[in-house]
Amino acid sequence: MIRNVFGLIYAGEENHNLRDLVMHRSVAALPVGGRYRAIDFQLSNMVHSGIRNIGIITQKNYKSLMDHLGSGKDWDLSRKNNGLFMLPPYDTSQNTSLYHGICDAIYAKLDYVRRAPQEYCLLTGSYTIYSTTYDEMMRAHIENNADITMLYNLDPPNTDAERFKEVRIETDDSGRVCDIEFDSHIAKSHKLGMDIYLLKKSLLEYLIQSAVARGRYNFVSDVLIPNLHSLRVQAVEHQGYVGRLHSLLSYYDLNMDMLDESVRWDLFHAGAPVYTKIKDEPPARYMATAQVTNSIVSDACEIAGAVHGCVLSRGVTVGRNASLNGVIVMQDSQIQEDCVLENVIIDKYVTIHKGRHLIGAPEFPVIIRKGAVI
Amino acid sequence: MVVNKKRCVAMLLAGGQGSRLGVLTKYRAKPAVPYGGKYRIIDFPLSNCANSGIDTVGVLTQYQPLELNTYIGTGAPWDLDSITGGAFVLPPYVRSGKPGEWYSGTANAIYQNLYFIERYSPEYVLVLSGDHIYKMDYTEMIRFHEQKGADTTIAVLRVPLSEASRFGILNTDEELRIVEFDEKPKQPKNDLASMGIYVFNWQKLKRYLQEDARNSASSHDFGKDVLPAMLAGGERMFAYRFDGYWKDVGTVESLWEANMELLTETPGIRLRDPEWRIYARNPNQPPHYAGDHAEITTSMISEGCYIYGTVRNCVLFSGVIVKEGAEITDSVIMQDTVIERNAVVRRAIIDERAYIGEGAVVGGMEQITVVGSRAQIAPASRVAEGARIEPVGELAAKGGDAE
Repeated sequence: MIRNVFGLIYAGEENHNLRDLVMHRSVAALPVGGRYRAIDFQLSNMVHSGIRNIGIITQKNYKSLMDHLGSGKDWDLSRKNNGLFMLPPYDTSQNTSLYHGICDAIYAKLDYVRRAPQEYCLLTGSYTIYSTTYDEMMRAHIENNADITMLYNLDPPNTDAERFKEVRIETDDSGRVCDIEFDSHIAKSHKLGMDIYLLKKSLLEYLIQSAVARGRYNFVSDVLIPNLHSLRVQAVEHQGYVGRLHSLLSYYDLNMDMLDESVRWDLFHAGAPVYTKIKDEPPARYMATAQVTNSIVSDACEIAGAVHGCVLSRGVTVGRNASLNGVIVMQDSQIQEDCVLENVIIDKYVTIHKGRHLIGAPEFPVIIRKGAVI
Repeated sequence: MVVNKKRCVAMLLAGGQGSRLGVLTKYRAKPAVPYGGKYRIIDFPLSNCANSGIDTVGVLTQYQPLELNTYIGTGAPWDLDSITGGAFVLPPYVRSGKPGEWYSGTANAIYQNLYFIERYSPEYVLVLSGDHIYKMDYTEMIRFHEQKGADTTIAVLRVPLSEASRFGILNTDEELRIVEFDEKPKQPKNDLASMGIYVFNWQKLKRYLQEDARNSASSHDFGKDVLPAMLAGGERMFAYRFDGYWKDVGTVESLWEANMELLTETPGIRLRDPEWRIYARNPNQPPHYAGDHAEITTSMISEGCYIYGTVRNCVLFSGVIVKEGAEITDSVIMQDTVIERNAVVRRAIIDERAYIGEGAVVGGMEQITVVGSRAQIAPASRVAEGARIEPVGELAAKGGDAE
């Protein structure tokens, strides 16, 4: 348990690679794995590590995130002391426009940082999905006498993929980071950063203020890279599964990965449960004509058709004789009789009328935006 | 201490042993019996209270209270953890200067908690039982009570005359005013059966409870003693007709049937009802997973289940694992039970955390078979149809003394 740490989650980053999925919501609020939102994993990781003070910096489209989190009760974060703090943007004399990057976002919320009674800060974004606790990271941080400790996993560079601010690192034998390739098309390193940094609060305040004073806003390119020699930046490998919401395809892949037994085990059953908002829906219903294999199905679904290799969120209905293959369906969408869907991502509250055919490809899924009627 | 005055306080009688449920109630009270894939019976009256705007609920427990007490907690899952109200578990206790005593009857249980109710000086007290499955808006019943200028209102359900002799029947006049109680009549004159749901004017009820407590000949039961005494005392008592779904799951057969009924095309009770949600404590499990060779038809499956085998006409609670080649039909499988490879389960209720070994055969086509919680069924063994396999206590399961 690492009680002397507060969490700071930057949920303000925009990522247009995710297209229609983030038109009305922040990446942190993206539905994944049937019943979860992206941020559930990070919040659960922190809570299970003993962190009880978590600030979430938001920027645009944060209504769905606020709806989801509420008081933080479902993550055990509705507490008398500490708890969950939503930090939405507001105009002040120092802050009059959109954040350029994480540095001026934190700068705008320095009040919160200053008042946090914990000595350490765990700083993270919201588009990396994995299950762990941070005790080991903290132990390594102290043992290495590090200034900053970051997590990475092994993931070879893929030049075809749509990248989103990838942080690839080189380390020496002691695990010290000696080089960083940031958002590079010609990256070589297999060590891919997980968008999470542990450091002393006092150091964070200093680094943020000195970056902003020089008109620099990016934590990796403006803070980490120029300071690699003066600061001891250590990296710890995370060996479990890591999913990234870098693009539509990586979103699709992340959900499909969850159909794999070892991934599901690593994310949901290896440690403590992943917390999420409780919706009080009844169990899923399978009708006499249902044929469901290799799929994740959430509460309140009603299935009368064939569903193979799919991820269904809560309250999805699949009509008789409909056939779904490699499809992700978000909450309360309806797929009527005789539809044929392959490799499709269907957002919330969508209606697909009887007999429609929508065919995508595994490497190019079709996306149907929220509320569409087809 | 200042406590807000409440219009209505609910008292939920949750001490029922449910002895006809046999092995299912050896280690839990009847209201804690699981139903419908994620609920316990007590979720229904508690959710009804929350949905009716009644935020102060005393839950009277006595028999095997631990499972129920931990389940209810602060009442937060039912939204009852409010500032001025709450869910309060009220076990029997020792008063200063008096010997402690168990709740000797339903009326005595309320009598022993007069002080709890007095804190709120309510106008009405709603007495509920934790034994039935139904959705009911209690505010409508209270409105009826007010319109009739009643002292006591009893909710009633029409039953077929042929079955009326199993129930407490109320004989009423045209205005629905009660003129006679007919407990399990051989020759029923009416078809209105009491549902065990009462609204009382608190001041009246208090007086009758105090009189009843002084009467050493009384069995301190609402149906047998207090309600007849009120009628004899000339109080205005009315029957409130309820025509929704109402099910007593007091026996293994009726519990099994109530679950199977959820699998029909249009079940009598709609669980997916955004207007009247039934709340339950949530197990925080991922959505369930159906494997490559899974065959699931006409079934209800909850979060955290892993299905690799065949499931037909079943209700599965959260965290159930059905391995490859296993075949379960017409059964209710409760939380975290594991069905090993090639096991066969038919027409059975398998309680929580049980283990059905590889190739075991449980149950048959006629009578219902029950396997108690944490029971271990050996691989390749056979549990005869209609059998009742005893549960294993929590401590015993962990290698401690038997309870």
